[in-house]
Amino acid sequence: MVDPTAEGATGTPFTLDVERGKVIEFARAIQAEHPQHQAEAATIPPTFLTTQLFWEKLTDGSNPWALVQMSEERGMHAEQEYIFHGPPPRAGQRLHAVSRIADITRKTARSGHLLIFVKMVTEYRDDHGTLVAEAILTGVERHPPGETA
Amino acid sequence: MTPALPAARTLGPLSRTDFVRYQGASYDMNPIHHDEPFATAAGYPAPLAVGMFPAGVCAAWASDHFGPDTVRRTRIRWKKPLFPGAVLTIDGTIQRNETTPAGREVDVAITATDAEGHVAVQVFMTFLLPLEDT
Repeated sequence: MVDPTAEGATGTPFTLDVERGKVIEFARAIQAEHPQHQAEAATIPPTFLTTQLFWEKLTDGSNPWALVQMSEERGMHAEQEYIFHGPPPRAGQRLHAVSRIADITRKTARSGHLLIFVKMVTEYRDDHGTLVAEAILTGVERHPPGETA
Repeated sequence: MTPALPAARTLGPLSRTDFVRYQGASYDMNPIHHDEPFATAAGYPAPLAVGMFPAGVCAAWASDHFGPDTVRRTRIRWKKPLFPGAVLTIDGTIQRNETTPAGREVDVAITATDAEGHVAVQVFMTFLLPLEDT
């Protein structure tokens, strides 16, 4: 069950080193064939920042999502967004990331289902502190009419 | 002028190997996507496709065309679960094409549609193209 008090929770900062080998591996997995993904300073594919799944595990407390306590049965990954505030990051860059539970919203659908939307935003900054990218994960937990949430 | 999009492409039939390759590359190790007994115990007929895999392929279909350095935004919505054997058609439409001081902003809506004609994944992207290219 989603805990509404998790809104605003912020994880421990973590780093994501953009590595050329990983960029090539990821590009192959999604069948991205542009030669720029294999260049010396390889550009990341559009959805590459999902590899934060690996990097955040290297720092305790980096992912505040667990605090949301979304139900495994009733919860799902509804939407995912990646924003680049300029050209996408490239191999050789170190990104400094922080994740926070940005928003928890309740809505009642026409069917009477209660929907609880949770948004987690991860901000990525370069060595100069400039915001270069954001990853926004939206999860939704559904409850049938009449069920208390 | 309105920039063109590439021809529609086919993805699939999706295989368990596709899911495993993507899971290794992304570090999403959820067993629901590769462990057959785990997936069937959870009520699925087979391992569930990793949603980010076809979404990534949709995004690459457009970013290979415009160039990876021009990508500014990628938003993904999942409409239906997919399983091994699914064959998807990836296609898209230009939603906006606007000249700004920074360049030409192009919004593209991409869909991955299954053999029965149901949209499984929607991907919305924004590209910033240099003015001299358009």
